[in-house]
Amino acid sequence: MRRPALAFVYPLSALAAVVLGVVDLQVLLSGGEAAIHLPIGLPTIGFHLRQDTLSAFFGVVINGGVVAASLYGMGFDRAKELTPRVEPLFPLFAAAMNLVLIADDAYAFLFSWELMSLASWALVVARHTDPECRRAAHLYLVMAAIGTVALLFAFGGLAGPAGGYAFDTVRAHPPQPMVAALVLMAALVGCGSKGGLIPLHAWLPLAHPAAPSHVSALMSGVMTKVAIYGFVRIAFDLLGPPDWWWALPPIVLGAMTAVLGLLYAVLDRDLKRVLAYSTIENVGLIFVALGLALAFRANAQHAAAAVAMAAALLHVLNHSWFKSLLFLGAGAILHATGRRDLDGLGGLIHRMPRTAAFFLVGALAISALPPLNGFVSEWLLFQAVIAAPALPQAALHFASPAIGAMLALAAALAAACFVRVYGTAFLGRPRSAEAAGAHDVPLVQQAAMGGLAFLCILGGLMGSVLATALAPVLDKLVGGALPGPGSGPTPFSLIAFDPARSIYDAPVIALFVAIASLTSLIVVHRLSARRTRRGPAWDCGFPDPSPATQYTASSFAQPLRRVYGAAAFAAQETVVMPPPGDIRPARFSVVVVDHLWRAFYVAPGRMVIGLSERLNVLQFLTIRRYLVLMFVTLVILLSIAAVTT
Amino acid sequence: MSQAYEISHLLAGVMLVTSFALLYQERVAAVLNAFAAQSITLALAVAWAAWSDNRPDLFITALIALTLKGIVIPVALHRTVARLGIHREVEKVVGVGAALMVGLALTGLAQALVLKVATGMASHAREDLALALAIILLGFLMMIVRRNAVTQVVGFMSMENGLILAATGARGMPLVVEVSVAFSVLISLFVFAVFVFRIRERFDTVDLEALDRMRGDGR
Amino acid sequence: MTRDLVVQFLAQGAQMAFVLLIAPLAVGVVRRVKARLMRRQGPPLLQAYLDLAKLLRKESVIAESASWLFRSAPYLIFALTWVAAALVPSFASGLMFNWAADVVALVALLGAARALLALAGMDVGTSFGGIGSSREMMIATLAEPAMMLIVLTLAIAAGTTRLAGVADFFIAEPFGVRVSLALSLISLVIVALAENARIPVDNPATHLELTMVHEAMVVEYSGRHLALIEAASHLKLVLYLSLLICLFAPFGMAPATAGLSGWAIGLAAWIAKLLAGAVLLGVWEVSIAKMRVFRLPDFVGVAFVFGFIAILLAFLTRGVFA
Repeated sequence: MRRPALAFVYPLSALAAVVLGVVDLQVLLSGGEAAIHLPIGLPTIGFHLRQDTLSAFFGVVINGGVVAASLYGMGFDRAKELTPRVEPLFPLFAAAMNLVLIADDAYAFLFSWELMSLASWALVVARHTDPECRRAAHLYLVMAAIGTVALLFAFGGLAGPAGGYAFDTVRAHPPQPMVAALVLMAALVGCGSKGGLIPLHAWLPLAHPAAPSHVSALMSGVMTKVAIYGFVRIAFDLLGPPDWWWALPPIVLGAMTAVLGLLYAVLDRDLKRVLAYSTIENVGLIFVALGLALAFRANAQHAAAAVAMAAALLHVLNHSWFKSLLFLGAGAILHATGRRDLDGLGGLIHRMPRTAAFFLVGALAISALPPLNGFVSEWLLFQAVIAAPALPQAALHFASPAIGAMLALAAALAAACFVRVYGTAFLGRPRSAEAAGAHDVPLVQQAAMGGLAFLCILGGLMGSVLATALAPVLDKLVGGALPGPGSGPTPFSLIAFDPARSIYDAPVIALFVAIASLTSLIVVHRLSARRTRRGPAWDCGFPDPSPATQYTASSFAQPLRRVYGAAAFAAQETVVMPPPGDIRPARFSVVVVDHLWRAFYVAPGRMVIGLSERLNVLQFLTIRRYLVLMFVTLVILLSIAAVTT
Repeated sequence: MSQAYEISHLLAGVMLVTSFALLYQERVAAVLNAFAAQSITLALAVAWAAWSDNRPDLFITALIALTLKGIVIPVALHRTVARLGIHREVEKVVGVGAALMVGLALTGLAQALVLKVATGMASHAREDLALALAIILLGFLMMIVRRNAVTQVVGFMSMENGLILAATGARGMPLVVEVSVAFSVLISLFVFAVFVFRIRERFDTVDLEALDRMRGDGR
Repeated sequence: MTRDLVVQFLAQGAQMAFVLLIAPLAVGVVRRVKARLMRRQGPPLLQAYLDLAKLLRKESVIAESASWLFRSAPYLIFALTWVAAALVPSFASGLMFNWAADVVALVALLGAARALLALAGMDVGTSFGGIGSSREMMIATLAEPAMMLIVLTLAIAAGTTRLAGVADFFIAEPFGVRVSLALSLISLVIVALAENARIPVDNPATHLELTMVHEAMVVEYSGRHLALIEAASHLKLVLYLSLLICLFAPFGMAPATAGLSGWAIGLAAWIAKLLAGAVLLGVWEVSIAKMRVFRLPDFVGVAFVFGFIAILLAFLTRGVFA
């Protein structure tokens, strides 16, 4: 394919995504449904497609992300940065994701799911000369295969012995309780592995950073949401009325994922890997919210279920916006400096001012700080957790304080993580020549980031409007709804249960803060001497001109490593100090052990390889031995048939 | 009656907090002080139950708990520790943080169990029972996560405190039972003290890990 | 009707102003009590006001490597803290904007101020700023789970997370000697000490690198910027004292419908309780030493454990009264 022709990929993708997004928005707001049955694919099933409000909502999320990534892609240098390895696959990836959302039978779903996985795998492996990329792609392929097998089991369980794979048939005949439990576990494994739930998360921090930055934005910000869509569709739509204990696995795994994901993020020194681990945390939060929604729905507490579900869905939307923004910013940094390691950056706020401003909005939003959008979904999630002690089952209401504490810990760790990232990458002084020589990215890419930042601010102020727009989806999934903002004291207040219980009014608070800042600005400038002088940094009187004396990313993480690292990762610091008078340098080393990687990946990997080596002997048998095997198998099958009929 | 209930609940809650304090301390002297505090609180709780439920025999239980476990035994153990000169620090198998987390889980478990099982009882008796069960479990936890022989004794006796709290809630605890309980406490303390002294004399340490090695199993 | 609205609006504005005006006085009381207990003369009670005035008059020197974030952060930090402090019910519950003061939102506003301060600390590119910022964020990760448990206990007891609602609930039903609330009180006191950078968590009076957290983050600020940040930290102290009073000692607080006289009584009660709290803080700071930074998880962990026991006990009583 000629290079100049590739340049049309991004504008066309952006256009298509805008059209699809508008259609989805219309379907969501009007509450309509449309279905179609195509006679392609498997003979007895065909290809069912259906657009309902849930698909429409996730469609808005996905197409928004695709628009941003395409805009970013339009800023690539045509001569140097477009390649036939990446550009043609980008629209395929976007199309596959949209197809998953409208699939209405198991075959269509799994076909689109695999198409999505393979397209993203191909994008990950685009820089195949890099051994890190190859390793990441290999792990990704294995985990994607495991996920698809799990989903196969899930859909098999749903279809039942009659083999009704169309979703309409499944909805009409919900499975038995035991089968339903197995289906839920399989769906958790399948969708959770694509989303990054612990312990199936290890591929995410390797694969997401290995892809080109705008593709990373799509994978982290958007593909994980497709995984969540899959879980919501199975658990809330296809499985029928839930049992209370179905809530426990998503809640427990989600909370552990949230905390552990951030502990990994805080200790990591690669910018894109930190963002990938942070994605894992947010997916964990969404699963906690979904678990709470299941618990409330099983106990017929519809108002609380609506709050929890609204928290989950709003967090899906918000996370896609700020995570895409952060990944595009990371791409901008990579483009400007050629470096991804946090310890080689610094001072970029002076050299890339607009990117720095947009990245700041993203970092504050992901730390769930008011009045940005991250706090809206976090507030709803906390309200759902605060309502959890009302659940009658002992396991649920005893777990609620533990879950609440873990969520609060995750929120505080997220703020620490992103203060670290922003402070090391953008603030301070440049730690390397590349950082000192950085420049800002093309205007189109800045526009992409700026648009997402604007959405983060708007989503924060207009959170109640978004929550009201979700009403048709909430009604379909949990049978409840949030009280409209009309019942509150102001037109834009977000009400959780009822106005006397809890309200969050972002515009009023933002207005107060704005008025207070302006007042203080005016008063202080009136009262104080207006002069501002620039001088060297004070540094308690001992300024050091070398930027190497600044705090690095791992120095920032040291208190957190001391406090949490010992428990979670057996983190050990050793300092070897030479005796006085010796001119050798002191050595500082940190050993961090990833227990999850050892237990869930290395050990089973060894087992599988050991088993396959043992079974390898089957390749080299004599003809007579093969005949023996065939004979024995035949006899066993005939005996089973004799016994069971 | 809710005032009386609230005060007994308060005292039981303070006993629970002292059980956590026993797990939190790192010095033997502090452990003994926490145990003294727990026993004094127990005495107050039993005395309050005696006054509000009008059962004067419980006053004697309270007095015995106060003098014996609140004053005599902690003082005796303080002097034993000083005389033996054993470690002032508590040797830990599990860290403070982990022990506290497990303690919280045990408290939740005790509560869930009692509230589910004891449906026939009066409500405040059921709650005191839940707290007493939690105190017993925490005492047991202390015995298994601390290696110092003195702290083992203290853990055992805090289990006894929990038992007495539970028995207070039951329909009347006859005096003869209390006297026998008191005697068993005294005897067990005596035995423990003798053992600790002999162990220290023989092996120069009361760290149980060291004693493990000398069990003679050939291990 | 409109006169009523105007009065309500003025009352809310008055709360904002009172909180700002009394903050330096509270800090002055703490310092004076500490000095007197150490047998020193101590600074005059109004010294903090004079310090702020002095800082406003001085010129502001900014490092060459500082950015627009450094220059604008003090205004935002001050505004966020002031708004948060002004939303806590002080002399009356149920003022015009009381519904905006949800405890979760309040904690998040303070978190936003803290994140901005930590970023400003990293902005100049020295190691002092880094120490302060990293330790501050670590202390926040310890304090926030405990705070969440306190919020949960209050929500179980009062059925709402609105501060005015909780205050009304506790005024209406005096809780007597509920153990779970006593444990929540101790937990909140520990969290307040950690968040306000008081002994034993941090020493507000030092400039030694090993013993400072908050002071390290602001070491590069001077002049009017430093004045704003100092005012913000005074406001934060008043916020937490006010929060403790509102939740655990709300007697004397006027209900929403009381007239001017009721509010005057409420105001007097609030000021008295605030200054009493400042005196207690001074006594506490003199009686205990500052802890090593890595002993802090043990200390704040006590708040967490107490908060958790409080919830378990709250479940226990709820099993009875439900």
